[in-house]
Amino acid sequence: MDGRRAALIAAAALPAAFVALFFAYPLAAILERGLTEDGGFELPWDVLGAHSTLELLWFTTWQAAASTLATLAFGLPLAWVVSRFSFPGRSLVRALVLVPFVLPTVVVATAFLAVLPAGSERGLLPILAAHVFFNTAVVVRIVSSYWSRLDPRLWHAAASLGAGPARRLREVTLPVLAPPLTAAAALTFLFCFTSFGVILILGGPGRATLETEIYNQAARAFDLRAAAALSLLQLAAVALVLVVSAATERRLGGAVPLAPEQDALRRPRGAERVAVAGVLGVSALLLGLPLAALVDRSLDGPRGYGLGFYRALGDETASLLVPPWHAVLNSVLFACAATAVALAVGGLAAAAIATRGAPWLDALVMLPLGASAVMLGFGFVIAFDDPPLDLRGSAWLVPVVQALVAAPFVVRIVAPSLRSIDEALREAAAVLGASPARVWREVDLPLVLRAVGVAAGFAFAISLGEFGATVFVARADWPTVPVAIFSFLGRPGAVNAGQAAALSVVLMALTTVVVLAADRVTVRRGSL
Amino acid sequence: MSLAVEQLAVSFDGSPALAGVELEVAAGERLAVLGPSGSGKSTLLRAIAGLQRPDAGRVVLDGRDLAGVPTHERGIGLMFQDGVLFPHRNVEGNVAFGLRMQGMPRGERAGRVARVLELVGLSGFERRSTTNLSGGERQRVALARALAPEPRVLLLDEPLGSLDGPLRERLLRDLEALFERLRLTVVLVTHDVGEAFAIGDRVAVFRDGRVVQAAQPDELWARPVDAWTARFLGIRNVREREGRTVVIRPEAVRVERGEGAVVLLAERRGPVVRLRVRLDGGDELDAVTTALEHPRRGDRVAVEIDPAGVFEIDAAPEAG
Repeated sequence: MDGRRAALIAAAALPAAFVALFFAYPLAAILERGLTEDGGFELPWDVLGAHSTLELLWFTTWQAAASTLATLAFGLPLAWVVSRFSFPGRSLVRALVLVPFVLPTVVVATAFLAVLPAGSERGLLPILAAHVFFNTAVVVRIVSSYWSRLDPRLWHAAASLGAGPARRLREVTLPVLAPPLTAAAALTFLFCFTSFGVILILGGPGRATLETEIYNQAARAFDLRAAAALSLLQLAAVALVLVVSAATERRLGGAVPLAPEQDALRRPRGAERVAVAGVLGVSALLLGLPLAALVDRSLDGPRGYGLGFYRALGDETASLLVPPWHAVLNSVLFACAATAVALAVGGLAAAAIATRGAPWLDALVMLPLGASAVMLGFGFVIAFDDPPLDLRGSAWLVPVVQALVAAPFVVRIVAPSLRSIDEALREAAAVLGASPARVWREVDLPLVLRAVGVAAGFAFAISLGEFGATVFVARADWPTVPVAIFSFLGRPGAVNAGQAAALSVVLMALTTVVVLAADRVTVRRGSL
Repeated sequence: MSLAVEQLAVSFDGSPALAGVELEVAAGERLAVLGPSGSGKSTLLRAIAGLQRPDAGRVVLDGRDLAGVPTHERGIGLMFQDGVLFPHRNVEGNVAFGLRMQGMPRGERAGRVARVLELVGLSGFERRSTTNLSGGERQRVALARALAPEPRVLLLDEPLGSLDGPLRERLLRDLEALFERLRLTVVLVTHDVGEAFAIGDRVAVFRDGRVVQAAQPDELWARPVDAWTARFLGIRNVREREGRTVVIRPEAVRVERGEGAVVLLAERRGPVVRLRVRLDGGDELDAVTTALEHPRRGDRVAVEIDPAGVFEIDAAPEAG
């Protein structure tokens, strides 16, 4: 099938070129800065070997490990409840749990600032809490999508062979859940390891991770060589995490009998009812409290409770060059452009990957995910600041870098959906007279539409809230909402804090509406 | 429309799935391809439909070589083994699919869909979602979908494969009646002897990627070409003596009260009782009886063989 081969190459070309220009080229620029001195090759031992760097690496690692453990401890009971039981509102709970995950880091950090009692120390505890808040969704969704389809007869078999509840947990549940647990833990660790906005805002002075230190060196100290060296360290660490987690998952993976979800679910009985209600209540309280505090702070204006801070979003302010509502407009515009680019690049990459022709493309498009947003932003700044590609100050860099961050998510959502289409369906269409192009339109497209809709929602939400990379490339007269919030937070006073809270609420509402709407619209269209 | 398959060969990773298949189906004829699973039957259908490119040989439809004609331009219908209904379309959307591909105007489509659905016994199912159908209903929709564009040849891959019991029986009867009425050119693939005999005007016995015998059902039953075919058709009384192969059809073995053999097995299969006896000489034989009062396991019996039911296979069993 030569036509198919040509189509595959064409589909792979655009994403490959995009990644080469906007990821590989900036990465090369970082390598050049970090590994050369006066024109010759030299490892930056003075930076990497410094005592402060070792401390940085140590803190980055252990806060990520602690955050991961805390997230597992908090998320697993919730995963258990939505995996084993049917109760009214179960699918709503599964949907709502996703909301914290898509909220911009800057918004969540602002929300946790609002929870902290006035004047209390920023530090480790708020960081851990914020990381748990974000990543509970990762644990619940990954683990429960597997757990809820486990054939309940596994436990029945174990029970009939004489295993009690504790024994069943140890001998059946945990070993069988090991692969999704590892996957969720690895992903959470990765997100916490490269966490930026949360640490920057909640960490306070002295709490720096690799990610925030790259930003400090590049944007505040202007030591580009040190920033490049730290970026290389970061890249190596992230690669190590990815390799180890992939190897662990492969080792743990095994065939497990899966059943349709409705067969595995049952109503809670007796004491289980109390446990289910308790877990749901505590989870709702802990996940809802920061958001409630954020809304409360945004309404608690200088002239009493009301919409004062929201009205002030239209006024000139000392913190920004433009009225804050411009930032909302900018964010929406940039996010639309970024979503279009991410869908085009990620969708084509997914199509190429799903036809089994280009496994290398999978790894290639996933790379930006591991490379961390701050590194991308930093790479953009040093790569596109002189000829041949002098894009300095171009507003286009913002949607491009956001698309780069969002594209891996698009691939991860669309590719499995494309891959899950039974080849026999395409053959059935061909037998009924559909040409290859018609098969694509009549079979592939409708079946993948829902995934594309969800991916578009995600890409839009990610672009709206993107901070780590955007903060490097956003122009002062074209700020995005997260950048504007960060500006407000950097200035003292209750008015700035209130404006930050109001902008955060706007961003939170936008993000939530977009993600839930994308889910909804595509569900309805897909059911036709 | 007549269909011919000439010296068709397909192999996967070096192992042959089709090894030079020869078949001819006359216009309006129904050919059943009968063989054990893994014998290459499905590959044969896929090659005819153009879903599998043959390594060698030709598929000829009405004198035209189909090499180079893509699947969607062949006008050959295929009903897949487990239906393969489009999950994103309702019953009407599935049945009308081929009509839309032909460019039939919307107005005509509805009428045709209704007629075809009536043909398969699913009148009024247009708006139903395919996910809520029973196994039998799914197969009927799949059949309707394949029939609707009025294909020149209809291929069926184990159409009753996933059904069992009375449902299977009923759909089998319906298929028979439908094909009789429509005078379609049909190639049906099955591993079930009863299904092949019920639907096929002729039956082609398939083994290891080639046709070992093609004949009308009665002829096939009367004269299986070799010992393997006889056993596959369900005749287990095959003896090989002094280089000759002798077959004794079970209905020719009469069992009465007496001496000379012992009953090993007696089980009722509907109106007939299948018996297995061991002669005192050590040979075992299958027999059938329609008697209500029949010998039980362990009974001593006398065995008499009707010479009309004994025949010899001339050819040595084919290799491969």
